[in-house]
Amino acid sequence: MTVLEDANDGAALRADAEALVATPEFERAAARAESRRGFLLALPAYAYLVLFFALPLVIVFVYSFATRNQFGGTDLSGWNVDAYRTLGDPIVRNILLRSLWLATLTTVICLVLGYPFAYYLATRTPTVRNLMLVFVMIPFWANFLVRNYAWRVLLGRDGLVSDATELVGLGPREFLFTNTAVMIGLVYGFLPFMILPLYASIERIDGALLEASRDLYASGWQTFLKVLLPLSRPGVVAGSILVFVPSLGAYVTPEILGGAKTTLLGSYIVTQFLTARNWPVGAALSFVLMAIMGAAMIVYFRNEGRNL
Amino acid sequence: MTTSAAVEITGITKRFDQVIAVDTMDLTIADGEFFALLGPSGCGKTTTLRMIAGLEFPTAGSLRIFGEEVGTLPPNKRPVNTVFQNYALFPHMSVVQNVAFGLKMKKVPKAEIADRVREAIGLVRLDGMESRRSSQLSGGQQQRVALARALVNRPKVLLLDEPLGALDLKLRQQMQRELKQLQREVGITFVFVTHDQEEALTISDRIGVMNEGELLQVGEPEEIYEHPANRFVANFIGQTNLLDGTVESADTVCLANGARIHAESDHSPGTRVAVSLRPERASLHAPGEAPDGMASVEGSLQQVTYLGNALVYSVGLDWMQLEVRSENRPDIARLEVGDPVTVAWRPGAGTVVTD
Repeated sequence: MTVLEDANDGAALRADAEALVATPEFERAAARAESRRGFLLALPAYAYLVLFFALPLVIVFVYSFATRNQFGGTDLSGWNVDAYRTLGDPIVRNILLRSLWLATLTTVICLVLGYPFAYYLATRTPTVRNLMLVFVMIPFWANFLVRNYAWRVLLGRDGLVSDATELVGLGPREFLFTNTAVMIGLVYGFLPFMILPLYASIERIDGALLEASRDLYASGWQTFLKVLLPLSRPGVVAGSILVFVPSLGAYVTPEILGGAKTTLLGSYIVTQFLTARNWPVGAALSFVLMAIMGAAMIVYFRNEGRNL
Repeated sequence: MTTSAAVEITGITKRFDQVIAVDTMDLTIADGEFFALLGPSGCGKTTTLRMIAGLEFPTAGSLRIFGEEVGTLPPNKRPVNTVFQNYALFPHMSVVQNVAFGLKMKKVPKAEIADRVREAIGLVRLDGMESRRSSQLSGGQQQRVALARALVNRPKVLLLDEPLGALDLKLRQQMQRELKQLQREVGITFVFVTHDQEEALTISDRIGVMNEGELLQVGEPEEIYEHPANRFVANFIGQTNLLDGTVESADTVCLANGARIHAESDHSPGTRVAVSLRPERASLHAPGEAPDGMASVEGSLQQVTYLGNALVYSVGLDWMQLEVRSENRPDIARLEVGDPVTVAWRPGAGTVVTD
């Protein structure tokens, strides 16, 4: 017995010794095991995204090539691009251009308001800075819908804004249900998304660079144009996209503060799905919107890639 | 009007909230001089430099550059340029764009900019690097770009804020020589801030030693080393032994242990002083065998540190420790730890300093 056991132990030992010697095969097997583990860890998130994001998107994409039948349903047979042709329709084209214009204007206003503030924030002491960052975030603690209704009160007849214009001698002004009201609401809603990335990128810039610029005969304004602005470009691009993209597809704010005559893209798409029951047109417009946003994202990542 | 002075600082004070960074300082730097401001970190040397540059405004006092009062002018209105501590090269610009920046801001004609930039890049020997970004340059090369970027503007005074601090020893020593040579070539007044006393001694025509916001002594390197104004300067510049004592007469100091040694000073008897004795100015002898006419103290050898070209002996006296440095030569007998020894020095070698 003992002799047999000893013999087995010896064999096992020899096998162990051999396994301990590094080989290319072992290395490859270890690498495979590692990547398999990585995939398993990511699997739940993959499954979720495929099921609830990619799959519905495919369905929307398929529907954009379908036809609305006379009962308000959708016929999936007979593929065509009629839905995309509605883009040429003056009504749809105007809505698209108006939405683009409003989103651009909102972005520019957020940039002009947000940049000086972000710079101010980035140059404070840490305590003041953190306190002010909290102030920037405070609006998020209240529901977005509630905040938009608040603007309805402020901008409406006998609202604070109207009272203020009357007080300074401009007479009562009512902005509610105009594009101006929508823009005010959008700027209000998305300004933090401009300030935060701007702050992050300005904060990273070495203050000595601004001093060097002043030392090399640049005025404060030239220092801004030649040094600060180029170096904070990643923040400008990121903030602009974070404001432009949701402004373009905004639904809640235009719905609450905007007028019936000045429909925007988000509202129009909802109308196509729910009221007009024209799912193919709604789906097609959704995809056009996504294409515009996708283009903006590509511009963003291109810029990021060659920054500095 | 004293136009021969490049920088004339009179009664300058800088206060940050309650902290006094620079305290009523007076300093005149001559035209064409290589001047070093030397002191430990936080002594106010960088604040002084930044006030000359216009990056800080003085709380009080007058600051003139070639006779012109500039104390309240913004940096872009002053005829000075700065080489920053970490170079502060613009990362979004090439070497050429960095160097041309100042001239562009001054609206110098394009053709002249091109000529002067080429000349400046040649001066710091960076030909062939023109289109690189600062991230593609080594520390020494970045240093040269920073120099070229400042010198191309032909400033009346060039300010350098610890410009060699980030370089390793060999490169630093090489850059010290180059800086010195460059300064002679361009003939511009250099004001150089450093905490490295060896660097200050090597490179400058004159040194101003600062501590806690005060300018303690201004003088040529040799003067500062040989005749330190006080205890701090003696201790900060080079290595020294400070033997506490009291002045007894014009040529005698009574040490803390009661021994009397020969040391000349013009302090009144009874003044508490220290005798500063440089380690390389003292020598070791067998007990009681100090040569005639030399000042001496008795002790025992406690430690020997081998430095290659030199040996440092740590000698324990009954009331303090002394360091004695000697050349490492085969003809000098090695002493063993524990041996009783006499430390001796020529009377002139001990300098009397006060607090």
